[in-house]
Amino acid sequence: MIITKAKPFPEILQSLERDKVIFLVGCSECATVCKTGGEEEVKAMRDHLEDEGKVVSGWVILDPGCNLLEARKEFRKTKEEIAQADSLVVMSCGGGAQIAQEVSGKVVHPTNNTLFLGTVKRFGQFQEYCSMCGECILDLTGGLCPVTRCPKGLLNGPCGGAKDEKCEVNPDNDCVWIEIYDRLKEIGRLKEFVASSVQVHDYSVNTNPSTLVLERDEARSDNR
Amino acid sequence: MTSLQQALTRGEFAVTAEVAPPKGTDTAEMMENAEFLRGKVHAVNVTDQQSSVMRLGSLASCRLLKESGFEPVFQLATRDRNRIALQSDLLSSYALGIENVLCLTGDHVTLGDHPQAKSVFDLDSVSLLMAAKGLTAGTDMAGESLEGVPTFHLGAVVTPGYEPMELQLLKMERKIEAGAQFFQTQAVYDPELFGRFMEAAKALGVPVMLGFVLLKSVGMARYMNKNVAGVNVPDSIIDEMKKTDDKVATSIKIAARIIRQTREMCQGIHLMTMGWECHVPAILQEAGINI
Ligand code: SF4
Ligand code: SF4
Repeated sequence: MIITKAKPFPEILQSLERDKVIFLVGCSECATVCKTGGEEEVKAMRDHLEDEGKVVSGWVILDPGCNLLEARKEFRKTKEEIAQADSLVVMSCGGGAQIAQEVSGKVVHPTNNTLFLGTVKRFGQFQEYCSMCGECILDLTGGLCPVTRCPKGLLNGPCGGAKDEKCEVNPDNDCVWIEIYDRLKEIGRLKEFVASSVQVHDYSVNTNPSTLVLERDEARSDNR
Repeated sequence: MTSLQQALTRGEFAVTAEVAPPKGTDTAEMMENAEFLRGKVHAVNVTDQQSSVMRLGSLASCRLLKESGFEPVFQLATRDRNRIALQSDLLSSYALGIENVLCLTGDHVTLGDHPQAKSVFDLDSVSLLMAAKGLTAGTDMAGESLEGVPTFHLGAVVTPGYEPMELQLLKMERKIEAGAQFFQTQAVYDPELFGRFMEAAKALGVPVMLGFVLLKSVGMARYMNKNVAGVNVPDSIIDEMKKTDDKVATSIKIAARIIRQTREMCQGIHLMTMGWECHVPAILQEAGINI
């Protein structure tokens, strides 16, 4: 899931300096779980903005905020409210904010900073396990990702800096390379790692902006 | 062949020490510090933005030292440059007559003086060694042939005091397979531990130079114990430093003693002097090392 964190309200307010009438857009998925763009937060934002003298013409929660077709459908239903608005305040990830602009043609203001692709450890606690490198090597590394969980993204073994098995960069974290080593030993795959060729990441696979179009057959089976 | 390489291949006890480029363009102090090392060491390491602190470049400093008649070891870290720049710097290094290259990953930028900078880490120490070795075979990482092929004497680092030691040895093995021809270790103060490490490392068949950071004070020893991974200054040494009225003399005595105790275990010594280059001659004399 995409992890977002709300910007401080004064910063949001400042971005709305030129606007009087606002339409709010939330997201039913990631931003809801992150408490940055679900119904509760959207309503609270409405109240805050109204307290500051803004007029909120309406709001909608997209399911999810980053889906263009969903935005088209919902924005059609709320056409009038959007038309009245000077701008859209979008409470989802950066992808959702741009979709909202693309579909509405309005100026958008994001309320969130988009941080990372996160796993949910428990309610309200997220952790980055995968940074979408495009060439998954988890099979070689015992199911633990060094690209993401080692701050240096080392692919060929640990640096010399772990102290008491904690990472030299952030001692709150375990050194993932020691975890990988333990895990590979446990599952009897250390030898394969040692024998593997020098790992070098191919960054050409993740040149921004990435796109992916499924082949027709794939798309169909996916929809089934 | 570099004289460091010659010493290591001939089985002579090799000696290197380290100088740090200045923060700024005034190289006078670095050159003065290097003067103390003249004739005493096989080569002088030049750190590359050590601890992620922005300084004058290692390569330019290496060239200045070379012009003054020293043999440099160019330390090259992958933190700040992608594979294009790293390979280019390797070619530049050779073109400037510098063939000893110590390949490092480097500390993370958040530990230095520009924590806002983007970390690169396009390669790591292992893939950098592989790239450097590839260049010496006439091709770059893209598989393109070079016009004019460099030769290098490639070094790497290893931390003998690392826990678990086996993991550090595995990494060391990967570095050797990738191209490492010699190792300089993280600082070691415990000959017994170093002996155990060398017992295992010996089988890998690559020369190892014991790394040693000169102890300037009790505070520094304590700081390293607390903050520097794999470094442990034993209490007995801290006590020795505590009791002395002459810190310099005691520091020299400790260094010389550890060199004597470990001399038979390894192939050389790498002194990390932290500005105390002036005491290197005395240490080597007391340790009975003459190059
Ligand atoms: S290697 Fe790590 S970052 Fe890359 S896809 Fe796999 S989990 Fe994600
Ligand atoms: S301590 Fe471990 S996780 Fe941290 S940077 Fe070094 S290898 Fe990576």
